[in-house]
Amino acid sequence: MVSSAQTKEIIYQPVIGLEVHAQLQTETKIFCGCKVAYGEDPNSLTCPICLGLPGALPVLNKRAVEFAMRMIIAVGGSVNERSVFARKNYFYPDLPKGYQISQFDKPIGTGGSVRYNVGKEPERICRLTRIHLEEDAGKSLHPEAGESQTRVDLNRCGTPLIEIVSEPDLASPQEAYAYLVRLKQLLQYLQVCTGDMEKGHLRCDANISVRPVGQEKLGTRTELKNMNSFKGVERALTFEIDRQVKLLRAGGEVEQASLLWDEKKQMAEPMRSKEESHDYRYFPEPDLLNLTISSEWIEKVTSDLPELPETRKKRFVSEYNIREYDAVVLTDSRELADFYEQVMNQFDDAQAAANWIQTEYLKTLNDLKISIDQFPVRPKQVASLLGLVKSGKISGKMAKTVYAEMVSRATDDTESDFTPEVIVEELGLVQVSDESTIVPIVEKIIADNEPQVTAYRGGKDKLFGFFVGQVMKETKGQANPEIVNRLLKERLDS
Amino acid sequence: MSDYKSMTAAEIAKAVSSGKLSAVEITKEALELARTEGEKLNAFITLCEEKALNQAAEIDQKVKKGRDGTPPPAFPLCGVPVAIKDNISYTGYKTTCGSHILEDYQPPYDATVMQNLIKAGAVIIGKTNMDEFAVGSSNETSYFGPVKNPVGDDLVPGGSSGGSSAAVAAGIVPIAFGSETGGSVRQPASFCGIQALKPTYGGISRYGLVAFGSSLDQISPFARNAHDLALAYQAASGYDANDSTSLNYERPDFVSLLTSDKKFKIGVPKEFFAEGLDPEVEKSVRAAIDKLRQDGHTVEELSLPLIDQSIAAYYTIACAEASSNLARYDGVKFGLRESGDKSLAEMYADSRSVGFGDEVKRRIMLGTYVLSSGYYDAYYQKASQVREMIRREFEKAFEQYDLLIGPTTPTAAFKFGEKIDDPLAMYLSDVYVASANLTGMPALSIPCGQTSDDRPSGLQFTGPGKGERELFQVARIWERLS
Repeated sequence: MVSSAQTKEIIYQPVIGLEVHAQLQTETKIFCGCKVAYGEDPNSLTCPICLGLPGALPVLNKRAVEFAMRMIIAVGGSVNERSVFARKNYFYPDLPKGYQISQFDKPIGTGGSVRYNVGKEPERICRLTRIHLEEDAGKSLHPEAGESQTRVDLNRCGTPLIEIVSEPDLASPQEAYAYLVRLKQLLQYLQVCTGDMEKGHLRCDANISVRPVGQEKLGTRTELKNMNSFKGVERALTFEIDRQVKLLRAGGEVEQASLLWDEKKQMAEPMRSKEESHDYRYFPEPDLLNLTISSEWIEKVTSDLPELPETRKKRFVSEYNIREYDAVVLTDSRELADFYEQVMNQFDDAQAAANWIQTEYLKTLNDLKISIDQFPVRPKQVASLLGLVKSGKISGKMAKTVYAEMVSRATDDTESDFTPEVIVEELGLVQVSDESTIVPIVEKIIADNEPQVTAYRGGKDKLFGFFVGQVMKETKGQANPEIVNRLLKERLDS
Repeated sequence: MSDYKSMTAAEIAKAVSSGKLSAVEITKEALELARTEGEKLNAFITLCEEKALNQAAEIDQKVKKGRDGTPPPAFPLCGVPVAIKDNISYTGYKTTCGSHILEDYQPPYDATVMQNLIKAGAVIIGKTNMDEFAVGSSNETSYFGPVKNPVGDDLVPGGSSGGSSAAVAAGIVPIAFGSETGGSVRQPASFCGIQALKPTYGGISRYGLVAFGSSLDQISPFARNAHDLALAYQAASGYDANDSTSLNYERPDFVSLLTSDKKFKIGVPKEFFAEGLDPEVEKSVRAAIDKLRQDGHTVEELSLPLIDQSIAAYYTIACAEASSNLARYDGVKFGLRESGDKSLAEMYADSRSVGFGDEVKRRIMLGTYVLSSGYYDAYYQKASQVREMIRREFEKAFEQYDLLIGPTTPTAAFKFGEKIDDPLAMYLSDVYVASANLTGMPALSIPCGQTSDDRPSGLQFTGPGKGERELFQVARIWERLS
C-alpha cells in the first residue's frame, strides 16, 4: 500500500485513442437505393432493405467503398485486397434487422496516420489502427414533455459510415481536439463527409486511461460517449482525466466502463451496466460476398484523389508567394482555398487577395452565420473589387462600402450581377487620382493654413494628418489618399 | 375436363397456349382441389384466389390475342397452377412463415422468384404450409398445424416444405416451390413420392425469401416428373442484382437438354449407407444402382469420410445464422407485439416468447450460444472450417465422377409424434441431405421403390456446382428405368 503522501507525488500522463464515425456523403445508402438526406419527413427515405423487412437483401454501394478507399489512401493506410462484412448483433428499436452490417476482423483499411499541430508546437503524428465500412442505424426520438412513446425514424438507417480507429497516441485533450480538426479537414477535402458534428455526420467516442509518467503499462481505460462537438470531446476528456487521476491519487482504482458525457452538467456518468454488457456475436455476413478490391481500382482512386491540405498549403506558398501563415488559413478548408484560387484566376495581387479573404470574407461568414457554400458574392466580383482598389479607382475605405453593398444586394439573389463597378457608379464613389485636379486643392490648403505649416516644419509631424484631412474634406473624400500624401509631402517637406 | 390432376405442367402449358384449355378453367379446378383435398391435408395457409383468377384471365387474353394475329409470347408455364411456400414474399397476401409472430404480416414487395414465375405465365394459386420459419423436418412445428402426407394420414409429409410437397403429390398443382436450408424439399419429396431439386446456391435469387440460414437457403422446385422440374427451375432461376450471392452466368436450356444418351460416371459414397439406414430403403437404392449399371453407367463406390461431420456442421451454422436472421422479429416494426405498454425489454421478451414456437426458440438459443464470445472458435468457426473441408472433399470427388448417388433419407416417412420430442433423432433424418447445402452443390431427389407398407423412398443424385443439367438428365434416365 502506497501512502497518500507518496501517491501525491506521482504525475499522471493521459493516453487517448479515438473512434470516429464519419457519415459518407454518397447519393444513396450503403446497401439500397434510398437517398441519403438530412431533415426529410421521418421514414420517408426507406425501402424493404433498409427497413429490414423479411426477405430483403443488401447490395453493396460501390461508391461508399470508393469513399472509404479515398480516406484510407489519404492517411497512408493500406486498402485491403480482401475484406469481409460481418454482422454485429444487438437489439435496439432503431436497428431494424437486429444486427448492424459492419466489418470486424477483416476491415477494408489498415494503418495510416494523421498529422496534427497543437498551437505552435511541432507537428505530431497519431497512427491509425484501422478504417472500416458499416451502415448507420436509425434514430430513436425519445418522448418530449406530454408524449409517452418513443418514435423511430429510419431515414438515417443504412447511411454509409466509416469508422476510423486511432492508436492510443494522443497525449492530451488538446491533442485529441487538434487530431479531430485535421481529420475533419481531410474528410472535407476528400469530399467524403461534411464533417458536421452537430448534425451527427461526424461522431466521436474516446478511450482514455492515465498512467504514471515513465510507466510502460497502460492504465485501465474508460470509454467516453455522447460528445457532440470537438470542444465537447476536449472537455469530456479533461473531466475524465481529472476524475481518474483524483481517484488514483486517493488510492482508488479505475474501473473499465462506458461513460456518457452530459454537456449540460459538464460531467460524464457511467452507463447502466446492462446497456454496455454486449456480446455482439460477430460473424461473417452471409448475404454479401467478400469485398475484393483490385490494385487497378486502388490506383484509379489514388490518381483521382484531390490535392490534400498539406500539399496545397505548400503550393500556395510557392506559387502565390504568400506567407506560410496565410497559406495555412487559406487552405483550412477546401472551399476556402477554392475561393481564393478562383479570385486569383482573375486578379494578380496574391497577398492583397489573401489579406482580403482573411478579413472581409471571414468576417462576412461570421456576421451572417453562414457556411462557405452560402457565401453570397462570387469570386469574380471579389476580383473586380480588389482590382478597382489596386488600380486606384476607389480607395480601400470605399471598397468596404462597396463590398457591404454587394453583400446586401446579393444576399437574397445568388444570380445577382450587382458588380462592384455598377455599385461604384451608383454611389458616385469614384476616387479622384488625377493630379492636376488635386494639386490646386493641396496648394490652396497649404496657403490657407500658414500657422500649421510653420508648426509642422518646426517639427510637429503629427500635423501631417491635419493637412490630409483638410484635402479629403475639400474633395468630399474622393481624392486618392496616396496621391494626396505624396503631393502634401513634396510641398511641406521641401 | 377431369384429368387435370394427372396432367403435367408441360401438357397444361401446351394446352393453354394453344387455346385448347382455358387458364381460368384450370385455375378454378386447382383452387377447388386446394379447397377440398388441400384442406384435408392442411397443405395451404392462404389461397390467392383473386389474384390467381386475374392472372389466368390475363393469360387467356394474351393467348386469344395471339391467335387473332400476333404470335403469342412464349410462356413456358402458360396457365400452370403453382403453389408457393409461405416464406416467399408475395404482395396482396400474408407471408406467415408458418409462425404466430408473422400471422398477419403482408409484404409490400414481391420476391424476385415470384416476378420470374409470373413472367413465365405461372398462376400462383396459394401459399403453402410449412414448418415454422422452415425449422423442422416433419411439418409439425407450423403454427397452423401439421400437413398430412397424401401417402397416408398418419404420416408426416416431411419438412420444412411439407405443404408444397403434399400439394404436388396430391395432384393439386403440378409444380410447387419450397425452400431448402438442409434438405427441406428433398426430404419431403422423398417422403411424398415426388421429385425435387435443391439448386446450386445462387441458382435462384433469394431476394424475398424469408431468411433462415442465409448461406444455405435456396428456393427449390417440386414436380412429379423431371421435365416439369426442369421447366420449373428454368422459369425461376436467373441472375438477380438484388441478391449479391446470385450466380451470374448464362443458364443452359435445361428443358431441351433433358434427354441425353450420355453414360454417366456415378460415385456411391459409402458414408451414405451408414448405420441408421432402413434396410428396406437401402434395398431400393441398391437395386436402383444396379439398374443404372445395367443401363451402361459406371457406378463405383468411394469414401467421403467428412459426410459424417455434415450434420454437426450444418446445425451449428444454420442455427447461428437463424439466431441472427430471426432477431428482426422483435415487435417493433411489424409482426406480433405483446406488452406494448411495458418496458422495451419486456416487450421484446414477451413478443418473442409468445410469437415463436419451441423449435424456433431452440434454434435461436443454439445459434446464440455457438456465436457467443468464448464459444465462437470452438463451434461456429470450427463448423465453418469443416464446411470448407467438406466442400473440398466433394469437389475432389467431382473431378472423378459426374454425379454422386445415395438415399435421400435414412428412412421413409415416419409417423406424427414419432420424433417431435426427440430433436436429435429429428435432426439425424437430414444426415444425407445436409452436405449439399453446406457445399452449395445441387442435389435432386427422385422416387425409388417403396417399403413393404407402401411408403415411398427417395434416391438422391448430387452434382457439382451448376450441374443441374446432368441432374435433370439422370432423373429422366431413372424415370425410364424405374
